[in-house]
Amino acid sequence: MTDTPDYKAESPAREAWRMFRRNVPALVGMVILAFIVLATLYGTFFYSGDPYDVVWAPHEAPGVTPEYPLGTDYLGRDIMAGMLTGGGPTLAVGAAAAAITMVIGIALGSLAGFYGGWIDNLLMRITEFFQVLPALLFAMVLVTLFEPSLWTIAIAIGVVSWPQTARLTRAEFLRIKELEYVTAARAIGARNMRIMWKVILPNAMPPLIVSATLTIGIAILFEAGLSFLGLGDPNVMSWGLMIGANRDYILDAWWPVTFPGLAIFFTVFAVSLIGDGLNDAFNPKLRER
Amino acid sequence: MSSSYILRRVGYGLILMLGVVVLNFLLIRLAPGDPAVVIAGEMGGASDEMLASIREEYGLNKPVITQLGIYVGNVLQGDLGKSFFFDQPVSSLIGQRIGATILLVITAQILSILLGVFLGVIAARKPNGVMSGFVSVFATIGYAVPVFWTGIMLIILFASVLPIFPVEGMQSVRLRSAGGLTWALDVAHHLVLPAFTLAIIYLAQYARLSRASMLEVLGSDYIRTARAKGAAEKTVLFKHALRNAALPILTVAGLQFGNLISGALLVETVFNWPGMGRLAFDSILRRDYPTIMGVLFFASAMVVVANILTDISYRWADPRLRGKS
Repeated sequence: MTDTPDYKAESPAREAWRMFRRNVPALVGMVILAFIVLATLYGTFFYSGDPYDVVWAPHEAPGVTPEYPLGTDYLGRDIMAGMLTGGGPTLAVGAAAAAITMVIGIALGSLAGFYGGWIDNLLMRITEFFQVLPALLFAMVLVTLFEPSLWTIAIAIGVVSWPQTARLTRAEFLRIKELEYVTAARAIGARNMRIMWKVILPNAMPPLIVSATLTIGIAILFEAGLSFLGLGDPNVMSWGLMIGANRDYILDAWWPVTFPGLAIFFTVFAVSLIGDGLNDAFNPKLRER
Repeated sequence: MSSSYILRRVGYGLILMLGVVVLNFLLIRLAPGDPAVVIAGEMGGASDEMLASIREEYGLNKPVITQLGIYVGNVLQGDLGKSFFFDQPVSSLIGQRIGATILLVITAQILSILLGVFLGVIAARKPNGVMSGFVSVFATIGYAVPVFWTGIMLIILFASVLPIFPVEGMQSVRLRSAGGLTWALDVAHHLVLPAFTLAIIYLAQYARLSRASMLEVLGSDYIRTARAKGAAEKTVLFKHALRNAALPILTVAGLQFGNLISGALLVETVFNWPGMGRLAFDSILRRDYPTIMGVLFFASAMVVVANILTDISYRWADPRLRGKS
């Protein structure tokens, strides 16, 4: 086989994907995340059981009874069933919260960066104000004031975590709006809205995608923290809730808190490996390795 | 550094705090239900006279804008309302606990910066070495571990396997009346695990950041000059390079302070540390809104103070910024 150089121009997205594919840690992250998502989506087909049902003696150690491979908690509830059903809400809230964060952050950040002047001033003061409020505490207050459900938790997490995205978007808009292709778009008569969404935003996407990935990780940790404190939806089993419910008995049994914690850790770990991989793939300085 | 800059910075901080007060007011108004019932707390079992006295105190029968004025006026006089659950003024409830939180947060902050920067500097000496790899992996792990879970794992480890650190509270019962050095050592002993738990996440981030920042600085001309004049490697790293690499670390340390307080909330709950985090948690479970709002107010005030200190030290560290406003 001869090695003919390929002179065809490659689209930036393709090039990034080529870089990403070569990144072993990022691929490991993809595999871990895929496994966790599949297990939470389809795991109950292979292993059924209600995580709230008391099925066995309390604090049965893992590996002792084959029916309950991860053991039971302080009430005698099956931990394996909790692991499989508890991931869904955590992942769903994490993804929804990250989406809300990105929408608020990109909307405010792009307006501030594009228009500048008093709009920028006003929006940045608001951003600074939100950065002063300790995020978890503010989210706790919001969740308690309104009924806790998966949606209110996702919205609360979104409302407290957008400032960083807004700052990043603003910085990207400030940089890109001075570039020649934006002047060119303006010269052919494109309106502000079109320039913002069709010209600048697509070019600002790479760092925003990386930031979105990291935001998912942070949102998952947030959801876990709130459920751990018992502020999540009480009717939905989640990994954080399992840890919170068993925390008074940690010195009697390590397994009811260890397994859900590992699940949260591996999920966020996988997401951040993917984020790092995307960051490297989008960064032209690192491409020629 | 001009004192007018500091004054302006403090003035802006006060405006932000006023914003927090208004937000607190709006949150109580936005909560579903009668604000008087909300303030009394659902677990309080408020009597009619109690509700009437709350309506009187907060002026709930008056127009909203007057209510806001009354609320802001009360806060300016140091009156954050009364907790009906604890039957104490909110300000004294928080006063009893804010010291413990500040101690925990500051210790964790110092611990994470010192250890993190040290690891980062060591790693930066050999960008592809073992230490660099360790810092990258450790940083990714530190970012992904839920802080409350780290605390629980440490409690299991140090309570049953290696009982050398206390895993709960801030003082030993038998030393409660002890004074002076004995007391301080006892508190420090209790502080080890909570502070380390809280520091671990940020330690990893500082290590990664200072590694990157040092690598950038180490490539610059003045480092070559320092090496050329024969300065010892230690002097080059810690005196010439670190001083210049410290600015991004300082920025992040300031920005992280709010997150650190959020983390402290969870860590205090796990270790039963008698600070504002535990108070926040207890009062949220009881829907004791005056206390919750008081904690939110003081926690935000801590962030504002930390931001002002960061800005001031930033100017102190970088002489180029001093002339500018």
